[in-house]
Amino acid sequence: MYGNKVSDWLNKNMTEKSLIDELQEVVGLEDVISHPDDLLVYEYDGSVDSNIPLAVVFPSSVDEVSRILKITHSRGIPVVGRGSGTGLSGGAIAPDGGIQIAFTKMTRILEVNVQNRTATVEPGVINLDLDNHVREMGLRYAPDPSSQRACSIGGNIAENAGGPHCLAYGTTTNHVLEIESVLEDGSIVKLGGQCRDVPGYDLRGVFVGSEGTFGIATKITVRLLPLPEMVKTFLGIFPDIESACTAVSSVIGHGIVPAALEMIDALSIKAVQSVTDAGFPDDAGAVLLVELEGLSEEVEEVTERVESSLWDTGATNVLIAEDPEDREKLWVGRKTAFGAFGTIAPNYYLVDGVVPRTRLTQVLRKVSEIGSRYDITIANVFHAGDGNLHPCMLFDEREPGVLDRAMKAASEMMEYCVEVGGTLSGEHGIGLEKKEYMPLVFNEIDLSQMKKARDAFAPRNLLNPGKIFPDGESHPIEPHRVSPGQYI
Amino acid sequence: MTGSNDMTNETKKVGFMGVDSPSESDMYRCVHCGLCLSACPTYTHLGVETESPRGRIAYMKAVHEGRIGITDRVVSHWEKCLQCRACEAVCPSGVPYGRLMEQTRFQVLTNNKQGSELRRISSIFLRSILPRPKLLKITAHLVRMYQRLGLQALVRTTRILEALPGNLDKMEKQIPVMSDRFFGPSRDIYKARGETKKVVGLLSGCVMPLMQGDTMEATVRVLVRNGCDVVVPVGQVCCGALNLHSGDLKLGRALAKKNIDIFIESNVDVIVTSSAGCGSSMKEYSELLSDDPDYGEKAMWFSSITKDVTEFLVDLPWEPPLHELNRKITYQDPCHLAHAQRIMDAPRKLLRSIKGVELIEMKQSTMCCGSAGFYSMVQPELSHKILHTKMRNIADTDANQIVTANPGCMMQLENGLLDLNGEQTVVHVVDILDEAYALEAQNV
Repeated sequence: MYGNKVSDWLNKNMTEKSLIDELQEVVGLEDVISHPDDLLVYEYDGSVDSNIPLAVVFPSSVDEVSRILKITHSRGIPVVGRGSGTGLSGGAIAPDGGIQIAFTKMTRILEVNVQNRTATVEPGVINLDLDNHVREMGLRYAPDPSSQRACSIGGNIAENAGGPHCLAYGTTTNHVLEIESVLEDGSIVKLGGQCRDVPGYDLRGVFVGSEGTFGIATKITVRLLPLPEMVKTFLGIFPDIESACTAVSSVIGHGIVPAALEMIDALSIKAVQSVTDAGFPDDAGAVLLVELEGLSEEVEEVTERVESSLWDTGATNVLIAEDPEDREKLWVGRKTAFGAFGTIAPNYYLVDGVVPRTRLTQVLRKVSEIGSRYDITIANVFHAGDGNLHPCMLFDEREPGVLDRAMKAASEMMEYCVEVGGTLSGEHGIGLEKKEYMPLVFNEIDLSQMKKARDAFAPRNLLNPGKIFPDGESHPIEPHRVSPGQYI
Repeated sequence: MTGSNDMTNETKKVGFMGVDSPSESDMYRCVHCGLCLSACPTYTHLGVETESPRGRIAYMKAVHEGRIGITDRVVSHWEKCLQCRACEAVCPSGVPYGRLMEQTRFQVLTNNKQGSELRRISSIFLRSILPRPKLLKITAHLVRMYQRLGLQALVRTTRILEALPGNLDKMEKQIPVMSDRFFGPSRDIYKARGETKKVVGLLSGCVMPLMQGDTMEATVRVLVRNGCDVVVPVGQVCCGALNLHSGDLKLGRALAKKNIDIFIESNVDVIVTSSAGCGSSMKEYSELLSDDPDYGEKAMWFSSITKDVTEFLVDLPWEPPLHELNRKITYQDPCHLAHAQRIMDAPRKLLRSIKGVELIEMKQSTMCCGSAGFYSMVQPELSHKILHTKMRNIADTDANQIVTANPGCMMQLENGLLDLNGEQTVVHVVDILDEAYALEAQNV
């Protein structure tokens, strides 16, 4: 009995020690973080969950990634890729007893092919860096999540990231052509191809949005689009959120497909304006950002219809920003909204539900009712054009019981979204935070089919286990988290 | 959440203590969204969360929550921070990072956890010499002798310092070249050209009048040319910025009070500085002394009339020089002007007002150059890495002159040029204005 304990301890500790050694042999001493003090700041991403990894490894090539995965595979250690850690569903949080492979040393833009309008990049490239880089050549990378200043293309692929302009251009999956990926056993595969259509199964398609459970992307070829000739942004100012919702339906009903159609409610306006002057009027009940892009004739032609849609549905004012600086100001306001909630409360929990556009008013009314019932402040900033809601619950997690109330409220909101014909998540992924809600949308057969798809890529479930599917998995995340220093 | 016990066995967990602790409301404003990452020079150069603004705040929270002690390792991460406050300028939650970091360093100091040897050496200078104008001037004279009499050349050719422990050789390289002429406070009034529009009290500062005496004189001439009476009140001391940044809030407050007293007596309309770092601290005296019963209100007054020279000239407004200067320049935003004071347009407006001057923007002009007060001395390697990136971005512009608005940045960029044997020169915004005004005077 006593002897077993010692040998268990030895097994555990001695093997773990040599795991670090082995990883260091691959990437060098400097590029493995294993000191508990250092690991502490790898416990979080942009979400509310946290878990301390066993180690963080920083590879510089696909070969190193492959060797790392061979080591973890042989030891049965779970792995998750980490870009910038800005995700909102806990996607990059380490699975229990797992390591993170961080991509901050793989940040090269390998090639931009202007004629074919493609770019090939390493996974650590920052979304906005890629966009800025190709803009000099008259091109753009369209998916523009609000965190684009910091988030990485690798992370965008894992979560199938969206963004305001996905209304017209589609989410990340519509912009990825080819992925080089390392599988859980260290083998390297190529998914998709340099052309739009490839023969055989569209494995690239299932990979994008697989939240790190299928493989670790190491090289990505994306589609680029030409810069539009003209861009015009409208700021519709509304007395309340209901009239703004009607305006959304009216704009779309007029057959207009704006590049973006975003809603910001009164509380969010207050938060944004307190940190940056985005030009949103303080007394507005809601504002609607409508962006038109295209050939100048086309934009001019639609302008009048957009304006009348806004005025007819009760706008108190409609402002038009044509020069880049003014537009930038409006968008900075929109994209800093979530961070700006820090001025109201230290924590937020965001529900990423999607509903049919025509149900927006009804769902928002329900959201507000749920919020007041659970005594939780709610701010709304969302992609109105897609019906992708982002009701954001604002609270201080140090207040006893509040997290529980927020989670219950979130749960009711998600249930309601599904009830009216919508779904759980528009663009942030399921990760840790929404996995328990999956049965709301999918039955057991649906879920088991998804797992079979995963098993085809990662039969041992060593890649980002414990995410997406409701618990009962082989690596559940316990509510009591791992103590720092427990493993090493 | 992890209710951790032993992070590192040898360290007893001591949380933050006393009034000057990072406050909960400041720390928990950070929702760890990560939007600061790409703005942070240490994160973009090292790629690790431990050297990011979000990580440093996470450590503050962890210490506050008793999850970790103020360990040497944590201190080493905090110390790598340049305090450039680029994160603060892009933070969507408005986290007052500069204040958090100063308070954290104060806590590190009070817990006697001052990290590197170099930081300890520099703190002797910070505490004993910088606040004493006379002693500082004597030191400057000695350094000037050391540089002019060939001793420096001897030390550098024999590499004698490399034989000594620590990084003294690297520190020696950072010793700035002293001006031929020192500037300083005086009882004279520099009278405005034409009608007096404003009476300006100029901050003389600590090292700037000794190393960049010419720039100080140029500041006076440019202000006079634009209709200001200028006084440089006698009795003023260092603004305390370097002490505050290193966490010595006590000495910082003492210096602030002294300056407040002197400038109240001097009866000026406005307090102007040509050092971005000083301006940023002086504008924050109000916050620094907000709880002081005697100085709270005086500090609010002092901060409200403090202006950076570029900001002041643009508001005045200035008279664009009549003479042309033909050259290509690029402008490096000093962190404490762009991020701490959010002034980016004013210097550019002034530069563009000079006929013939072509301003070519470099990539990432608001990214720190690695100078950061004493940073280039206490973190020479990382500072040099950051400088290297900066010099590459400058080289891409083809500019033949680098313009900035802060003494530390000027010295750092000059060092960068030395490494590259660059032909360019580094000047302050007021230097180039002064040059154009001087030519205009010759032509009349």
